[in-house]
Amino acid sequence: MLEALTNKEKWNRYWDSLKFSLYCMTHPIDGYWDLTHEKRGTMAAANTILFLSVLIRLLKLRYTSFIFITVYWEELNIFLYIASILFPLALWVVGNWALTTLFDGKGRLGQVYMATCYAMVPYPLIQFPLMIFSNFVTVDEAEFYGILSFISLLYAALLIVTAMGQIHEYSFGKNILFTVMSLVAMLIMVFILMLFFSMISQGVAYFISLGKELLFRM
Amino acid sequence: MNRKVARVLACLGAVLIFLAVPATAEAKERSYSYIYDYWGDVQDAPDPYSVSRVFTYTDLGLDQNLKAPQGLTVAGDRIYVCDTGNNRILELSRPTPQTLQVERIIDSFNGGTGPNTLSSPMDIQVSEDGNLFIADYGNARVLKLDPDLNYLMEFTKPDDNTLDPALVFQPTKLSVDTAERLYCIATGINKGMVKYEADGVFSGFVGATKVTYDFADYIWKKFATQEQRALMQSFVPTQYDNIYMDYEGFIYAVTGSPEELDIKNGTADVVRKLNLVGDDILVRNGEWYIIGDLYMGNGGGYEGASYFSDVTCFDNDIYVCLDRNRGRLFGYDDQGNMVYAFGGNGNMDGYFRRPVALDHMNYDLFVLDELDCAITLFTVTEFGSLIYDAIDQFDLGEYEASEASWREVMRLDGNYDLAYIGIGRALLRQEEYKEAMEYFELKYDDENYSKAYKQYRKQWVEDHIVVIVAVILALFLIPMIIGRYKSIKAEFETAEVFRYYKK
Repeated sequence: MLEALTNKEKWNRYWDSLKFSLYCMTHPIDGYWDLTHEKRGTMAAANTILFLSVLIRLLKLRYTSFIFITVYWEELNIFLYIASILFPLALWVVGNWALTTLFDGKGRLGQVYMATCYAMVPYPLIQFPLMIFSNFVTVDEAEFYGILSFISLLYAALLIVTAMGQIHEYSFGKNILFTVMSLVAMLIMVFILMLFFSMISQGVAYFISLGKELLFRM
Repeated sequence: MNRKVARVLACLGAVLIFLAVPATAEAKERSYSYIYDYWGDVQDAPDPYSVSRVFTYTDLGLDQNLKAPQGLTVAGDRIYVCDTGNNRILELSRPTPQTLQVERIIDSFNGGTGPNTLSSPMDIQVSEDGNLFIADYGNARVLKLDPDLNYLMEFTKPDDNTLDPALVFQPTKLSVDTAERLYCIATGINKGMVKYEADGVFSGFVGATKVTYDFADYIWKKFATQEQRALMQSFVPTQYDNIYMDYEGFIYAVTGSPEELDIKNGTADVVRKLNLVGDDILVRNGEWYIIGDLYMGNGGGYEGASYFSDVTCFDNDIYVCLDRNRGRLFGYDDQGNMVYAFGGNGNMDGYFRRPVALDHMNYDLFVLDELDCAITLFTVTEFGSLIYDAIDQFDLGEYEASEASWREVMRLDGNYDLAYIGIGRALLRQEEYKEAMEYFELKYDDENYSKAYKQYRKQWVEDHIVVIVAVILALFLIPMIIGRYKSIKAEFETAEVFRYYKK
C-alpha cells in the first residue's frame, strides 16, 4: 500500500491521465479514441473527476451568490443531493453498457464509466470559476451566469455522446440512436426499481402486520 | 396496604405525565397574526391590530337588531352602516375612540319620482361635497341625495345594447370620485364597473377583467354541439365583488370568484388597482401572489382560496383585504409584500363568521360581519404602528428614523422579513452599502442587494484604483522585465567578447 503511494511512476501516470482529460475536452474524437484504445485514461483519474464534480455541486450550494441559488437548508438532504449525480450516472453507465453490449459495442462497463466521467470535466472546470464569479455580479448581469452554466452542461452532454461513439466504435447515426435508446433504458430501469421497492415495502409491511397481529393475540 | 396504594398512585401519576407531556407538546396553535416568509412558510408574528371593541345593536342604542348588513363606509368622522335587511342606513359618529353613537337613521328621503324609501341598500358613498350616493338594490337605482336627504338625481340601468333587456339593475357597490363621477358594480353585469358622469349619463364600462381560457378548452368548444356548449362554463370576465377608491382616486377592486387553481397559479388576479381608463396598475413585486392565504387546504370546515369581499387602502398605500372565507385580514404594502395577516373564524372578539365590509378611520379598521350583525373596531398596536411609522418615515426621506423604527420592529419580531429589507433600504439611502447588503442577503432580496452591491463595487473600485492600476501594471511589467533580463543574460552568454574569457 505504502509502496503504491510512494511509487513515483504511478503518480506520474495518474497525473498524465488526469491532464489527458483536458485534451479530451478540446479534441473529443481523437481523445476518447485514445482513452481506451491507447489506454491513456485511468480509473483513478475518472474517480477524481467524478469526485470533483460532486464536490463542486455541493460547494455551489453554499458559495454561489444567493441571487442564483437560494437553499432551503431545513429541507436539504445532502445524501440525496449527492445521489442526484451518482444515481443518474449509475443508471446511464449500466443502461448504456447493457444495451451496447448486445449491439456489438466495443466498450466494457468500466470503460463506459471511465469515458462518462472524463466527459464530465467541463462541469467542475466551468462551474468552479462561475461560482466565484457569481459573487461579483448584480441581477442585471445574471444572464452571463445562466448562459455559462448552461454551456457547461451542454458541453458535458455533447462530450458524453461523442465519448460513447468512440469507445463503442459506432458511426454517427448509430451513436445517436443508442444514446436515445440508453435514455429509454434508464427510464425502464427507474420504473422497475420503483416497482421493486414498492413491492418490497408492501411485503415487509405484510410481515410486520402479521407479527403485530400475532403479538396482540398472544 | 399503604405501600400498595402508594404504588398504584405512583403508576397513575406516571401514566398521567406520560399522557400530559405529548399533549402539551403537540398543542401548537397558529397564532392570531402571522406573515409568510421568503419560503412561503407561516411565521407567527405579534399582533399588528387588537380588537378595541365589538359593537352590536345594543351598544349602538338601537331597539332593533341589524339584519344582514352589507355595507360599511367611513367618510370623514362619520361611519355609515347599510342595514340592508331592515332597509335603512345608520349614520354613526365616534365621540370617543371607544364609542359609536347613532346620529341619524336614513330610511327615506324627500322628493324624487319613485318610492321615497330604501329597499335593501347595499352600499353608500359620500362625495367631497357631502352628497350621499346610495346603492338602492331593491329599487334598481343608485340615489344621489344632498346632505339633508333631499333627492338630487338617480342613476338607473345603463342604456347599453349589449345588456340583456330582461336584466334587472341591481347595484351592489359604489365609488365616487372628486368630480362626483360614479363607479358602480351591479349583480349580473360582468363588463367591469358601470361608469356614470356627474350629470348622471352612463358613459361606459371600465376595467373589465381579461377573459382567461386555455387552449384545450377552446378546442373542445369548437367541436361541441350547441347543447354541450350551453352546459360548459362560458368564458366570461369575472365580476368584481367590491371596489374602493383610494386617496389618489385609483380604484382597488377585489373579486373572489376565480377558480381556486387559477388563483393559486397567479393566472387570475383577485386584487386589482385600476386607473381612470381601467388598466390594472397594482405592483406585484412581492415574493408571493397577492391572494391572501397561500395554503388552501381543507381545515376546520373551510377550504379553498381566500375570498376577498372588501378592500381598503390607507394613505401610506398599504391596503388591507378582507377574506370572507376564513375571516382574515391581509395587509400589503405598495410593492405587494405582505405586511401582516390576522383574524380567523369563530365567535370570539376579533374572529368572524362572515365579514363583508371593511373601512378605515386613520389607522383604525372597522369590519362589518353579516351574520354576527356586529361591527368590530380594530386599533393598531405598538408593533403595527412601528411598521407604519417606519414606512411613513421612509417615504418622507427620514431614513435614519426609518431605520430606527425598523430595528424596533425587528426587536419585537426577529422573523419579520420586511424589517430586514426595510433596514437595508434605509441603509442603502444612507450610503452604508456594505451593511445594507448584509441585511438584503439575510432575507434574499436580490433586487435591492444588487442595487447596494453595484454602489459598493463602484465605491470599492474608486477607493482602490491605485492598487488596481499597480497590480495590472505589475502583471504586464514583471513578465516583461523577466523576459528582458533573460534575453540580456542570453546575449551576454553568447557574446563573442565574453566567450574568450570563459575559456
